[in-house]
Amino acid sequence: MNEAEEKNGKVIEAVELVKRFGNFVANDRLTFSVQRGEIFGFLGANGAGKTTAMRILCGLSKPTSGKIRVAGYDVYTQSEKIKQRIGYMSQRFSLYEDLTVWENFRFFGGIYRMKSALIRERADRMLGRLGILELRDTVIASLPPGIRQKLAFSIAILHEPEIVFLDEPTGGVDPVTRRQFWEMIYEAAASGITVFVTTHYMDEAEYCNRISIMVDGKIEALDTPEQLKKTYNAGSMNDVFLKLARRNEEQKKE
Amino acid sequence: MRTIFYIMQKEFIQVFRNRMMLPIIFLMPLMQLLILSYAVTFEIKNIRLHITDNDNSVASRALLEHFRSSEFYHIFGESADASFGMEQLKKGDIHQQLVILPGFEKQIVTGSTAGVQVITDAINGSAAALMNAYTLSVIESYNREVLSRSPGPPPKQVQVSRRYWFNPALDYKTYMIPGILVLLVTLIGMFLAGMNVVREKEIGTIEQINVTPIRKVQFIAGKLLPFWIIALAELAFGLALAVLLFNIPIVGNIFLIFLVASVYLVVVMGLGLFISTITNTQQQSMFLSWFFLVIFILMSGLFTPVESMPRWALQLNTINPIAYFIRIMRMIMLKGSGFQDIVQPLIYLSVYGITMLSLAVWRYRKTS
Repeated sequence: MNEAEEKNGKVIEAVELVKRFGNFVANDRLTFSVQRGEIFGFLGANGAGKTTAMRILCGLSKPTSGKIRVAGYDVYTQSEKIKQRIGYMSQRFSLYEDLTVWENFRFFGGIYRMKSALIRERADRMLGRLGILELRDTVIASLPPGIRQKLAFSIAILHEPEIVFLDEPTGGVDPVTRRQFWEMIYEAAASGITVFVTTHYMDEAEYCNRISIMVDGKIEALDTPEQLKKTYNAGSMNDVFLKLARRNEEQKKE
Repeated sequence: MRTIFYIMQKEFIQVFRNRMMLPIIFLMPLMQLLILSYAVTFEIKNIRLHITDNDNSVASRALLEHFRSSEFYHIFGESADASFGMEQLKKGDIHQQLVILPGFEKQIVTGSTAGVQVITDAINGSAAALMNAYTLSVIESYNREVLSRSPGPPPKQVQVSRRYWFNPALDYKTYMIPGILVLLVTLIGMFLAGMNVVREKEIGTIEQINVTPIRKVQFIAGKLLPFWIIALAELAFGLALAVLLFNIPIVGNIFLIFLVASVYLVVVMGLGLFISTITNTQQQSMFLSWFFLVIFILMSGLFTPVESMPRWALQLNTINPIAYFIRIMRMIMLKGSGFQDIVQPLIYLSVYGITMLSLAVWRYRKTS
C-alpha cells in the first residue's frame, strides 16, 4: 500500500479507460473504483469486454487511453510493481496439468520469490482446509475440474496479494462446487484480500458487495445488488440484467 | 537466480515426465547416425554399365575384364548394337554405356591411339563426374598394363604421388559424422526451447507467468538453460556413439568441442526462442524454424563443399551458425585443431549468441 492509495482506500481506480482493437471498441470509457477488502463483481454477457478490462488491470494488456491505477501504481509505467501485489486466475485453465499439486504450488510460489519453507507451510494449510492433503502428489490432469479450480484459486492467492483477479472462475462447474468456491472467496476477502471477479452467472452477482454491469463495452450500471434491484424495480439480478440489455437493444434501434 | 532455478526445475520435471521425450532424446542420435552415415554417401557403388564390344578381340576383352573385376561396376547388359544401350540409358536402367569401336586391338598393336566411347547419364552432374572419374581410372590401369607389355623403354611420365591428410582412407563416415552431430544438437536446440514457450502460449499457462513479477531475462534464461543442458548431454551421447560404434577418431580436445557447442547452442536456441516470441502457435513456430533450418543446413557444407558456392552465397553463410559449427567440429575432431585455430569463429559465435538472446529477451512481451 503506498500513499496515493492510503488516502482514499481505493485499490483500483480507472478513469475513462478505453481499449480499442482496430476499429472495435472493447472498453468504452470505463470509470470505476474498487475499495480495499471489497468483493467487486464485473458482470456482462460473453464478449461484453469484461476479460479485456481485467487483463488491462492485471498488466497483461496495454490500455489505449485512460488513467488507471492498481494497488496505488500506474498501469502504464509501474506494471511490474503491480504484478508483485496481485493474483490472477485466468479463464483458461492455468495450472500445469503434467505437474503434481505440490509442484504447481512450489513453482508459482518460487516465481513470486517466496521462501520454500513458507510455500510448504501455506500449501499444506490450504490443502488441509480444502480437505485434499492426500492429493498433494497427484498430477493435476487426473483431478476433477472442481478441485482444479479450487487449486487454481489457492495458487492465485498463495503469495497473499492485495488484490486477486478472478476471470469467470466458476465456468463449467457444478452448483455445489460453485457454492464452495464462493465460500473460499469470502474467506479470502475476510483475510483482507480485495476480490475482483468477472462472471456471467447472475445469481453469483448477489454474492458481491458491489457490481458493475457491462453491455457492449460500456458500464451500464454500478451499485450494490440491493440498490440495483431497487433502481430497476427488479426481483433478481437476472431481471436487472435483462432490463439493461433490452434497453440497450432499443437504443441501438433508434 | 532462484526464480531461474524454479523454472528449470519445472522444465526438467515436465521433460522427464513426458513418456515420449526420453526415447526421442536418446533414439534420435542413434537413428540419425545410423541412417545418415550409412545411407548418405558420396561414393558411388554399383554403377550399372552397358557394354557394346564391336571389336571382340583379345585386347577389348582384356579391357572389359578390368570393368568386370571392379567392385564399382555392375555389368547390366551386353550387346553388339550400341542402340540397345542407348535405349536403356533413356529409360534410366543404366548409368553408363561403354562402346568399344571396331579396330581397337589393331590400333593398339600398331601403336597408334585407340579410342573407346563412354556415355554417361549426367542428370546428376556431380554423380556423373564421379562415375567418369571411376571409368577413367579403370581405363588408366588398363593403359599401364598395355604399356608395360609393349617392347622398348617405357615412355616418360609425370608420376603424381597422392597423400590424403586428416582422413587418409577417404572414409566418408569420418567426414559426415561430425556434421551429423552438429545437426543433432541443432535440432534439439532450435526446437525444444522454442516449442516449449509456444506450447505455454497455446495452453494459456504463459498468462499465469506473465502476471507475475518475473523478469524477462529470468524467463528466457529459465527456458534456455534446461534444454541447453539436455542438448550438451545429447552431444556427449552422440560423440560416444561415434567413437564406440563408428570408430571415428577424435583427434582434438574433447573439451574444446563442448566449449564451442555450448556457445553455438546459445545461438540456435536464441534463434528458436526469438521465433517463439513472434509466433503464437506451434505450427507457425515450426514453419518458421524449418525455413531457417533448411537454408542453414543445405548451405552449411554438410553435403556439398562450401568452397564451390558462389560469392554471394559465401557472404550469406557468414550468418549461418551451422556452417561455423560444422567447420569447427571437423577441424577439432579430424584435424586436431587447437584453441588458437578456432578462436576467431568462436568469438564470432559468442557475439552472435548474445545478439540472438538479447533479441529474444527484447521481443518477449509480458504485456501485449
